[in-house]
Amino acid sequence: MSELKSGSNLEKVLKAGHFAFTGECGPPKGANVEHLTEKFQYLKGNVDAVNITDNQTAVVRMSSLAASKLMVDEGLEPNFQMVCRDRNRLAIMSDILGAHALGIRNMLCLSGDHQTFGNHPQAKNVHDIDSMQLIALVKKMRDEGKFMNDEDIDVPPKMFIGAACNPFADPYEYRVYRLANKLEAGADFIQTQCIFNMDKFRDFMKKVVDMGLHEKCYILAGVTPMKNAGMANFMSRFVPGMDIPDSLIKRLKSVDKRDQAEEGIRFALEQVEEFKEMEGVAGVHMMAIEWEHKVPEIAERAKVLPRPVV
Amino acid sequence: MIVADRKSLQEILAMVKDNKKILIAGCKGCVTVCNVGGLKEVEILASSMKIARKKEGNDIDIDIHVLERQCDTEYVAGISDIVDDYDAVISLACGVGPQFLSEMYKDQTFYPGVNTTFFGGATQHGVWEERCAGCGTCAIHNFGGLCPVARCAKSLLNGPCGGSSNGVCEINKDTECIWDSIVRKKMDAGQLEDLIGVKGIKDWRTARDGGPRRSIREELVQGNI
Repeated sequence: MSELKSGSNLEKVLKAGHFAFTGECGPPKGANVEHLTEKFQYLKGNVDAVNITDNQTAVVRMSSLAASKLMVDEGLEPNFQMVCRDRNRLAIMSDILGAHALGIRNMLCLSGDHQTFGNHPQAKNVHDIDSMQLIALVKKMRDEGKFMNDEDIDVPPKMFIGAACNPFADPYEYRVYRLANKLEAGADFIQTQCIFNMDKFRDFMKKVVDMGLHEKCYILAGVTPMKNAGMANFMSRFVPGMDIPDSLIKRLKSVDKRDQAEEGIRFALEQVEEFKEMEGVAGVHMMAIEWEHKVPEIAERAKVLPRPVV
Repeated sequence: MIVADRKSLQEILAMVKDNKKILIAGCKGCVTVCNVGGLKEVEILASSMKIARKKEGNDIDIDIHVLERQCDTEYVAGISDIVDDYDAVISLACGVGPQFLSEMYKDQTFYPGVNTTFFGGATQHGVWEERCAGCGTCAIHNFGGLCPVARCAKSLLNGPCGGSSNGVCEINKDTECIWDSIVRKKMDAGQLEDLIGVKGIKDWRTARDGGPRRSIREELVQGNI
């Protein structure tokens, strides 16, 4: 990791050894630029990069590429999410080139939620390649300057390559090996699924460290502050791959309804404090879902401000 | 085999609402095995349609005929002397049948009476499950004999995705996560190394993506076998 691979702010922050703090922002269900740029303002200066989700939960939204470009224009750094559900290899490579041309330097490579979850379940899914192969493709384009077919690229796209990891999905024993595969494919950084079951995550990170995987990439622990017990219940029951311990739901329920948001934030802050000390964790990915306006307060209270300038 | 589901009586009745005399053509191939288009099912459909039309005060004359196979021109030719006796023909074969019929008898109208669903088999009496996507490049030996192209909702070659939970796919609780089964089989067999590394990108030209496919066996074409 001696030379910069993309020169993104996120890469520089991580490479300099800072504890990274990234945010997330969902594009609007429409072409409402004003609303989007308003959300950006809550994130500006409070995070190192912002994930721009790509038709998350398979619901149609403004394209993540376009929203990422709008973010660049506003002086924030996007982490452009790309799912394999909606694009074949031609569209994928073309969008990667386009992303670089628009000043985007981070990418998160994902398979994508199945369209069954979304608002167009009738859609044909693509899955020409999978997330693992997407990681390898972005790396090939960047490092070898070649397309998938080995033709040369005129000005290769330089991306800091991200991948997701869900330690809470099954089979648990295999998850660390799947992570290793993503690193072998070429992932530079990892953002985990929202963590709520801390016991399990501690165990997972121990396995990661034992295998030395944390030395081959930067792992950002996923945190989502709960707005209330209802949200915790809903996520536990309906969002795939979520592991929300009863103890957390009980904790949220134990306080008055109007104080549950504060209790959710407190739990998230406790998590951030632990992640700062946890071996192998290089930062936190704060997914304040439709709660962007809370990010300044959360960042402040998490004592991650000011963000490093590198 | 090819598995199919019968279309609803309502849909079939709507197809032939203007016809007075029809033929229902069954097939002794896959659709007989999966209990959707054999003699028994042809008879049931004919009776149901007659009753429904009688109720409407619009009687329909229905004959039935079960072909040896509707995917073979030799057998399709077997109805040449009767096919013009009807206003329309409902085929209870897979999607191949009504096409072979349409291609041979250009002046007749053939309606599909079933929805052709997948290549699969019966896992228990009355339950059929998909096993093959017909991608044209079989590699199941790389996945413990289980096909992720057909059986993973995202056709992942490097699964399982983050939505796999307790052996169940994220799309619904009745769908097995085939990657869970692949991984567990490999781990139980002490063959974890087979799942280390990145499985390469698939060439979809042999699948439907490469356009309609054709399989030519020269030795048969030339009549040597």
